[in-house]
Amino acid sequence: MSDAYLPILLIFGVSALNAVFMVALSHILNPRRPTPQKAMPYESGMIPLGDTRARFSVKFYLVAISFIVFDLEAVFLIPWAVEMRALGWSGFVAASIFVAVLTAGLVYEWKKGGLDWD
Amino acid sequence: MTDVLLQVAVILGVLNAPLILAALLIWLERRFLALLQDRYGPNRVGPLGLGIVLADMIKIFTKEDWVPPFADRAVFTLAPAVIVITGLMSVAVIPITETIGVTDLNIGLLFFLAMSSMGVYSVVLAGWASNNKYALLGGLRASAQMVSYEVFMGLSLMGVVLMAGSFSLRDIVAAQQDIWFIVPQFLGFVIFFIAGLAETHRLPFDLPEAEAELVAGFHSEYSGMKFGMFFVGEYVGVTVIAAMIVTLFFGGWMGPVLPGIVWFGLKLLFFILIFILLRAALPRPRFDQLMAFGWKVLLPLSLLNLVVTAGALLLWKA
Repeated sequence: MSDAYLPILLIFGVSALNAVFMVALSHILNPRRPTPQKAMPYESGMIPLGDTRARFSVKFYLVAISFIVFDLEAVFLIPWAVEMRALGWSGFVAASIFVAVLTAGLVYEWKKGGLDWD
Repeated sequence: MTDVLLQVAVILGVLNAPLILAALLIWLERRFLALLQDRYGPNRVGPLGLGIVLADMIKIFTKEDWVPPFADRAVFTLAPAVIVITGLMSVAVIPITETIGVTDLNIGLLFFLAMSSMGVYSVVLAGWASNNKYALLGGLRASAQMVSYEVFMGLSLMGVVLMAGSFSLRDIVAAQQDIWFIVPQFLGFVIFFIAGLAETHRLPFDLPEAEAELVAGFHSEYSGMKFGMFFVGEYVGVTVIAAMIVTLFFGGWMGPVLPGIVWFGLKLLFFILIFILLRAALPRPRFDQLMAFGWKVLLPLSLLNLVVTAGALLLWKA
């Protein structure tokens, strides 16, 4: 089986080389003409106000939390999906209960307003 | 020895195909969009304007490769490399015909999902390392959008896994001998298609780089070949998603009369053209609409699809 992973290693090497080659070639070929204007962050021609490292909406954090919960759910369902035939009805009932519990979680989050952006 | 050489030749061929395809896709997209919008598109350089591919390549390599002094230099350079590497690596598991293809992993489908998850790092790191407000907002949007749609991208494919009983993409194609999975798994196909659009942040879901709001989003500060690498990465992503749709739902290389590789190519081209057509046809939703649609519509639907498919399969077997 490890034979199947050798090409993966090779393809990683070749695609990494490809990326290095692209960066390196443009590094060799490119002209360098720095100006003071280029050294400013682009803000549609305005002089930048304040730092980029400011606070931003907590909504993104909530999305990340939901992602962890539901992606873990997917991780539990993946092995069941591939062995569904062997596990039969008892496996189906177990998976259904698991999905139902998570759906209840989703409904709770929904009603609490965790999925609303504003 | 010849086996190893053959293997290396296949790897180089399969790896270069999406890169060349990406370059050609830029031409194809511009011409096809122009056709849809009743204008000419690039038609000056060479026959049919095909020379524009070469001209663009020369241009982008000789542009100033500007790394802003306020940016995090190492991460700024790493970010575009990540999207190119993950894009090209997911090509490894796609079976083109019965015999052509880099490798047949027993967890091929999971490998594809893993690589598409890794792609998120590229946009997040690019947005963060640019130290620019537009770029940061674009990177945040991209991360929220991509992790959200990733959840049901995986779940929507579990219907296919249930039917095929395997993660190996070759087995999945072989399982479609009698009927393409588009018929029993239509809902799964629709969810995967929408999630695929969102994962590659193509229009109409290109909110991370919505030019009317965020200039160029996460790659606002990028120029020269580093910008070009994001571009190549996007087109490789489109090719991979189209290839996955063909493999998982449209019987891969299978088809009457013509050889498998021709069928695969035709189906691939069809879905790439659909992607471009959507760009010309659909307006962009608001970001809150995009997130709500994902969590409130697509996630419950993909769970329903999973349970119903499993129940139906067990009933049918009994």
